[in-house]
Amino acid sequence: MKRFIGFIKKEFYHIFRDRRSLFILFGMPIAQIMLFGFAITNEINNVDIAILDHSKDATTEAIINKISASTYFSINEVITKESDIETIFKKGKIKAVLNFEKDFSKNLIKEHNATLQIITDATDPNTANTISNYINAILQQYQKELNKDVKLAYQIIPQTRMVYNRELKSVYMFVPGVMTIILMLVSAMMTSISITREKELGTMEILLVSPLKPFQVIVGKVFPYIFLSIINAVVIVMLSIFIFKMPVQGSLFLLALESILFIVSALALGILISTISATQQTAMMISLMGLMLPVILLSGFIFPISSMPLPLQIISNIIPAKWFVIIIKGIMLKGVGLQFIWKETLILVGMTVFFIALSVKKYKIRLE
Amino acid sequence: MSINISNISKSYKKVKALQNISFKVETGELFGLIGPDGAGKTTLFRILTTLLIANKGTAKVAGFDVVSDYKNIRNSVGYMPGKFSLYQDLTIEENLEFFATIFGTTVEENYDLIKDIYMQIEPFKTRRAGKLSGGMKQKLALCCALIHKPKVLFLDEPTTGVDPVSRKEFWEMLKRLQQKNITILVSTPYMDEAALCDRIALIQNGKILEIDTPEAIVKHNPNQIYNVSADNMYKLINSLKTYKHNHSVYPFGEFVHYTDRRTDFNPKALKVYLESQNLSNIHINKTVATIEDTFMELAK
Repeated sequence: MKRFIGFIKKEFYHIFRDRRSLFILFGMPIAQIMLFGFAITNEINNVDIAILDHSKDATTEAIINKISASTYFSINEVITKESDIETIFKKGKIKAVLNFEKDFSKNLIKEHNATLQIITDATDPNTANTISNYINAILQQYQKELNKDVKLAYQIIPQTRMVYNRELKSVYMFVPGVMTIILMLVSAMMTSISITREKELGTMEILLVSPLKPFQVIVGKVFPYIFLSIINAVVIVMLSIFIFKMPVQGSLFLLALESILFIVSALALGILISTISATQQTAMMISLMGLMLPVILLSGFIFPISSMPLPLQIISNIIPAKWFVIIIKGIMLKGVGLQFIWKETLILVGMTVFFIALSVKKYKIRLE
Repeated sequence: MSINISNISKSYKKVKALQNISFKVETGELFGLIGPDGAGKTTLFRILTTLLIANKGTAKVAGFDVVSDYKNIRNSVGYMPGKFSLYQDLTIEENLEFFATIFGTTVEENYDLIKDIYMQIEPFKTRRAGKLSGGMKQKLALCCALIHKPKVLFLDEPTTGVDPVSRKEFWEMLKRLQQKNITILVSTPYMDEAALCDRIALIQNGKILEIDTPEAIVKHNPNQIYNVSADNMYKLINSLKTYKHNHSVYPFGEFVHYTDRRTDFNPKALKVYLESQNLSNIHINKTVATIEDTFMELAK
């Protein structure tokens, strides 16, 4: 036990004396969460739009007021003829134009329908899509108010409701993803680098020719990173609660347990990487290419798994991050308990056991 | 018997690193493994320290088999690899303490063993190992390899890249350790260090050329060696190499060591030949064979 403590003490010296890795360890989670939280968002805010109103009556005015009253849009320009549309789009500032037909109000009352054209700048298709959805939502709301006291034939109005993230705040969606990336990166990359560093500097030779047992070396290497990863997870959750006001619906205790499980599985992957790479450089490349990319692309954190081609959907199953993303989204956003995520948890436990067994088996007690 | 090697062979893919190596090292002996780079010294060290498994043959260290009893060996030997292998970001003190701890001992417990060496680096004990000079690094590495009072000490090229003064000091330390009944197996490419060992094994291309005491090895050299010098070294070597009676020619410090094939060799005849080659200031003197001369002779 004394040997083990001595080993861990040494590991902490390494971590705290290496400024660069320390910066990665603690700077990255904060930077990433801020980036995803503030800069990279799917939401729209104060989008500049222009109005081309051919009828200029009470109804169009009411609609325009409703749109400009929302925080999503600000009406930047009012144009008078069709040919102006292209000119203002070319300037690049305006993202959408609302084109009201002639006699909008009259048509609505007489014919029971009136046409409003929404023209969006689709150079950024995602934003364009979001803008048209938002405008549609506003229009539908207005229609509902309008029809309140008018008796009409049965009319089906589709009603979309966003659940769990009613405000469509993208930061809520990113937090679980960022947490997954950070834990994966810190745990797997840092451990694989720290083990291969011993190989590269030749100190592994001395460690092997010592009474330290393989599992003491592995656990000794891994333990400090479990500790640091937990701190990281806590920092991320705190940031999301206090800065982004993200409500954590489920039990924090369950969240902590699941996070530790994921950390251990990532650490086991890190050890596995270190057994197959001889230099720190290789370990880093394998961690980045072999872990980071799949985590970002295939975990369902940015791109929904259900919309991937079938082969990728199948591959995504072997990525631990996918299951962890499901688990923490469940706990953080839906507030579910273990009874709803036991299947994912079990898969993660199975993967972890498999990785640990494989890496202990692959750990070499000699040089070749 | 502290180390007992019999018929060890080891190959890496196509390269035969060691071929049928056998020798014994007595308890308390300072045994030198002398040979150029690539001779197989490090491979042999790694087999003896249980880091590699030989393709053929068996070896015992401190009474334990290197394959089946590897755990016991790891408890009872000290190993200093050729490459500096301590933690560069830890200080002298922290390195020493770490190695003491993982071997289940403390610095205080075996302080008397390392005292002579440690005293020299103690003034810098808060300095990080990466910032030490070559000689200090080697002293620290030796302290770390000794801190658990090993029965057998393996030192792989401990003086390579160390200045002459530190090298001399280092060997004096080894002599003192030997008196504490520690068996030492040391390898070196420097022939002058060989003379300081009790016995040496000359090794080249994975084969042992000869094993004996340094004095005996030198006596075995049948050739009379001549120091030859002239004012143009390069031309001198070339001239000697084209001389039809030469047996061996190789530079040795400021001289060229020359041996002749004839039994009735007369230096004057050689001088006449060299003068005919436009060399001046020629001196030819008899000299005593060194281990290096013997090695060159055996390695031919």
